[in-house]
Amino acid sequence: MIKCKECGSEIVLPNDVVENEIIDCEACGIELEVVSLDPLEVDLAPEEQEDWGE
Amino acid sequence: MSLRLGILFSRIRVEEKLLIEEATKRGVQVVKVDSRQLTMGLNGSYEFDVLLERDVSHSRTIYALNLFQNSGIKTVNSYEVALVCGDKVATTKALEDAGIPSPEVRVAFTRETALQAIEEIGYPVVLKPVVGSWGRLLAKINDRDAAEALLEHKEHLGSYYHSVFYLQKFIEKPGRDIRAFVVGDETICAIYRASEHWITNTARGGGASYCPVTTELDDLCLRSAAAVGGGVLAIDLMETADGLLVNEVNYTVEFRNSVDPTKVNIPSRIIDYVISVTKE
Repeated sequence: MIKCKECGSEIVLPNDVVENEIIDCEACGIELEVVSLDPLEVDLAPEEQEDWGE
Repeated sequence: MSLRLGILFSRIRVEEKLLIEEATKRGVQVVKVDSRQLTMGLNGSYEFDVLLERDVSHSRTIYALNLFQNSGIKTVNSYEVALVCGDKVATTKALEDAGIPSPEVRVAFTRETALQAIEEIGYPVVLKPVVGSWGRLLAKINDRDAAEALLEHKEHLGSYYHSVFYLQKFIEKPGRDIRAFVVGDETICAIYRASEHWITNTARGGGASYCPVTTELDDLCLRSAAAVGGGVLAIDLMETADGLLVNEVNYTVEFRNSVDPTKVNIPSRIIDYVISVTKE
């Protein structure tokens, strides 16, 4: 369990979460990046850039 | 010693997680390569044998792939493929050179010549950024008023890329298009992407359903893949009364919405392909 960096809501992470995984905060919809597993830390995910895509 | 697979990324999404899982299942050692943390020389030394590019950033990907390849690392896809597929003009040229049917395209560099090109094609016309994806910043131009306004706005968007006007004849679709996946020399599966909107990308809410890989589709996809250099590719096609047209070829394939409808384990097929490349 960790708190959203944006809205402070509690987020349950999946059991198989990996470092750098992008997760959504269900309360505010913002994307978060799991920046560390030990200690568990999340940060706001990088914002979409113009050259992003497939 | 087990194979060491580098995965170039800047975000670990569902796709990257599934790829890591499939690689790990096969005893492959996964080395995560975060492009945000990279510093690269022209000839580097790296602790992996092959690199799978999965970075969402086209610009980072092409520079990194160039330097990885220069250091003797095999990459999937290659730098050359990323260059062609990441630029819509280069993709269109590669497809046309190979005689693959694709929508009529014109390119212009000023507002005035872009307007002229639009009117030569005839309304409606689709204006696309030369670099970009996920259906972002596409504009369907229905008349001259819209064309003049859009071209003026584009000129002021900041990036010089927006003054390279990629103009494509609008193709009336039957409420859907086709996304097919090519891995190596096989079209492994395809989906229909349906939407009431003319933009059908699943990133924009288009619904995915099973699409059979017909002989025509398979042939066109394999030829398209070969035209851009081959590898792991997602090919977007449109159905017309005169047959299929190839619209785009994507090189950092997103497949999260395609595994269920096709029942094909796409990440598994990608990892098998990457392993096979190391044996060539």
